[in-house]
Amino acid sequence: MSVFGSITRLATGAALLCGLTAGAAQAAEEVNLYSYRQPHLMQPLIDAFTADTGIAVNMVYANKGLLERLVAEGRNTPADVVITANAGRLADLVEADVLRSVTSPKLEAAVPANFQDPENRWFAITKRSRVLYTSRERVAADRALTYEGLADAEWKGKICARQFTHPYMIDLISSMIASHGEAWTETWLQGVKANLARKPQGNDRAQIKAVAQGECDIAIGNTYYYGIMLSDPEQRPAAEAVRPVFPNQDGRGAHMNITGAGVTKHARHPENGIKLIEYLTSPRAQEIYAAQNFEFPVVAGVSTAPVIAIFGDFKEDPVSLADVAAQRRAAAQMVDRAGLSS
Amino acid sequence: MTLAVAPPTPVRRGHDRSYLVIGLVAILATGLVALPVGALVWFALSVEPGIWPHLTRTVLGNYTITTSLLALGVGTGVTLIGVGAAWLVAAHDFPLRRTLEWALMMPLAAPSYIVAFVYTDLLDYAGPVQSTLRDLFGWRNAADYSFPEIRSLPGAIIIITLVLYPYVYLLTRTAFLAQSRAAVEAARMQGLSASAAFWRVAMPMARPAIVVGVALALMETLNEYGTVDFFAVPVFSTGIFHVWINMGSLEGASGLALMLVAAVAILLLAERRARADRRFTDARSTRPAQARAQLHGATAWAATLLCALPVVLGFLLPFGLLVGSSWHRIDALFTGDLASALLNSLELAALAALVVTVLSLWLAYAGRMSGAPLLRLGTRLASMGYAIPGSVLAIGILAPFAAFDNALDAWLFESFGLSSGLLLSGTLIALLFGCTVRFLALGFGATEAGFERVPRSLDDAARLLGSGPLDLVRRVHWPLLRASSLTAALLVFVDTLKELPMTLALRPFNFETLATVTHQYAVDERFAEATPGALAIVLAGVVPVILLSHTIRRASRPRA
Repeated sequence: MSVFGSITRLATGAALLCGLTAGAAQAAEEVNLYSYRQPHLMQPLIDAFTADTGIAVNMVYANKGLLERLVAEGRNTPADVVITANAGRLADLVEADVLRSVTSPKLEAAVPANFQDPENRWFAITKRSRVLYTSRERVAADRALTYEGLADAEWKGKICARQFTHPYMIDLISSMIASHGEAWTETWLQGVKANLARKPQGNDRAQIKAVAQGECDIAIGNTYYYGIMLSDPEQRPAAEAVRPVFPNQDGRGAHMNITGAGVTKHARHPENGIKLIEYLTSPRAQEIYAAQNFEFPVVAGVSTAPVIAIFGDFKEDPVSLADVAAQRRAAAQMVDRAGLSS
Repeated sequence: MTLAVAPPTPVRRGHDRSYLVIGLVAILATGLVALPVGALVWFALSVEPGIWPHLTRTVLGNYTITTSLLALGVGTGVTLIGVGAAWLVAAHDFPLRRTLEWALMMPLAAPSYIVAFVYTDLLDYAGPVQSTLRDLFGWRNAADYSFPEIRSLPGAIIIITLVLYPYVYLLTRTAFLAQSRAAVEAARMQGLSASAAFWRVAMPMARPAIVVGVALALMETLNEYGTVDFFAVPVFSTGIFHVWINMGSLEGASGLALMLVAAVAILLLAERRARADRRFTDARSTRPAQARAQLHGATAWAATLLCALPVVLGFLLPFGLLVGSSWHRIDALFTGDLASALLNSLELAALAALVVTVLSLWLAYAGRMSGAPLLRLGTRLASMGYAIPGSVLAIGILAPFAAFDNALDAWLFESFGLSSGLLLSGTLIALLFGCTVRFLALGFGATEAGFERVPRSLDDAARLLGSGPLDLVRRVHWPLLRASSLTAALLVFVDTLKELPMTLALRPFNFETLATVTHQYAVDERFAEATPGALAIVLAGVVPVILLSHTIRRASRPRA
């Protein structure tokens, strides 16, 4: 047999072997998870779940493409549960009709109504706020701030934000549209753009660092980064130079976003999927979230000492996140029209 | 009585059949590999009408301009560095040449998003460079001075050029090494100076190799997402994801991706047409390669410096910074997580290299033997997959694979009551297929560049002497193509080690590669946690890159 023949046969055999073994079924009690959230954030909870229930968790993490994978796989998808990092993605999953309506009294009771899908297709497992980090040096401690006020002339050249095409920013703009309508938000967005200190770049933590370094006076960022930075010796000085301010405390409250989970429509292990989500909203898991990731528990009555110690109590915007997410397409197009995406 | 004489058996009858089989298999393979591109075309055609007017009104113009500038900048940069270094190293001798010859390929081992964040760490406001400058000159904050912004289009051009020039360097150097002395000698005898001989003889003869190298670098630039997103440079690939994720329009995203592909296709077509009537082989290529010109004094050291600069900036400095920042976490390199990820990375890379090399040889050979335009077109289409961002290409693979799986499952269920589930999607086969589609351009480019240097007169001579197709390959082509095939294999190996977006989207459960492990931290800009994985990727890539250089040098040495 020629060299080519041998190589071809070897290659085919190897590929088939790998393909056959890689996708093979594993333990009897298992649940398969598609996660938009990074493994290092989910792992402690998943390990705790497996330890407590004996159900193995198989995970695939990707920050893009899981929705399309679910849609393409259709009836034969191996995924039981999907976890996303923001509300917009949950709305996409609902729109693509890949989630099922779940009956779970536990989840109904534990998760507040505005952090659930009206038809029980997804539930929040943690929540966080998108707040304004102000410079302790240059902005007075008692300044009450609003998202609306970011467009005011006094902040010209003083605002730092990450790219407006990022899902967290899109969700924030969506909440503005949900509150004020498209026309008003369009003008507001132009005003914010004019107040930017620099081209939007970097992630939320980079914005906090920019304030600490004097490049701007206000940064827009999620709450949990503050806790993470305070715990890291290298990043602590930057975090200590800023003050987190919850906007709109005299009005509707601060914009909230969530990490959410749902059971897929064609799940093979739907009961295990429900168990996983129930576990993630159990007091034990919620405490781990608060302690390790500095995220606010979504379930009431959970000890939130470490997180509250940093942020104190605050007023949340009670709007339903499903309603906020409904505006995400309009928000995306608005970002384009404002010239903030190119 | 008539003498019945059987007509002489044509020498080629049996050979025609095997050529036909080869050609058919090649067309099938090409079709399979072009399937994802086809799937994207299908998506793009079903786009909702509102998207395109919106995009055209708002962002399309800027995306086009910025992407063109990026491509122009990178194209110029990689040509200057790649061809310049290749010429210096192939045709001259100067201090440290032997080391620099293989060292110039080292930037291949480092993923561009890692080089990007290492440099950002270094040159950012809070980084050591600006901090030192502030201390030295007493500036207090950003308002007091201006420092070039690394997170910008020029910054992206520089970083991407430094990471991608090895493609051009590699292919061009092989071309120069394989050029026979005869043409250059003839030019010098006509009175041309050394540099004129370069510009007017050596470089034009290496043109196919240079073009392939630059095309590969440009396609890699277009599909690049990590660096440009990190630097907030608004190019097509960032736009593709914005349209896909935020506007929920995979169809619009596919359309944008295909526009990229079309642009690349037009450029390549134009270049092909421009050299359609030229030949780049020397029938006397069995003459020994050219002797090196010994450089002296300042010129020699200048050459050393010029060749050392890309190595330092593109590899040594980032690598050193990586090692430095992960030193206190060096134990993380040896955790079980990274070990199993390393094994997965190596397995995937080895399989991909094997499949792509074999396929590339097959396709290049079939194209050359049959000359069928359909085959050439199909192969070109198939290798365009390289220009498409990995995540989008992954969707193009998911859709047909899953459709096939579901159709098979449905048929089995109706006919036999059995359910096969998902056979291909969500397994390693889908991922391997993805890597094949993505990197076929690399493998095919390297192989074809080598094939172009084999004169067709050799093929004809061999066939006249009665060798069949397999014989021809084994005894004539393979010895001449070994270097190119090995180049293809190692290039695909290294690139698969670095591959990220497609792996994320297509992989099976619990399958981590070094790139995916690193990514989960890098995406949060947690550089500290990301560095052990980043370092592992670079180390894993260094070995094949060194192998690559030695292999090429040995294979292109004239046989005694």
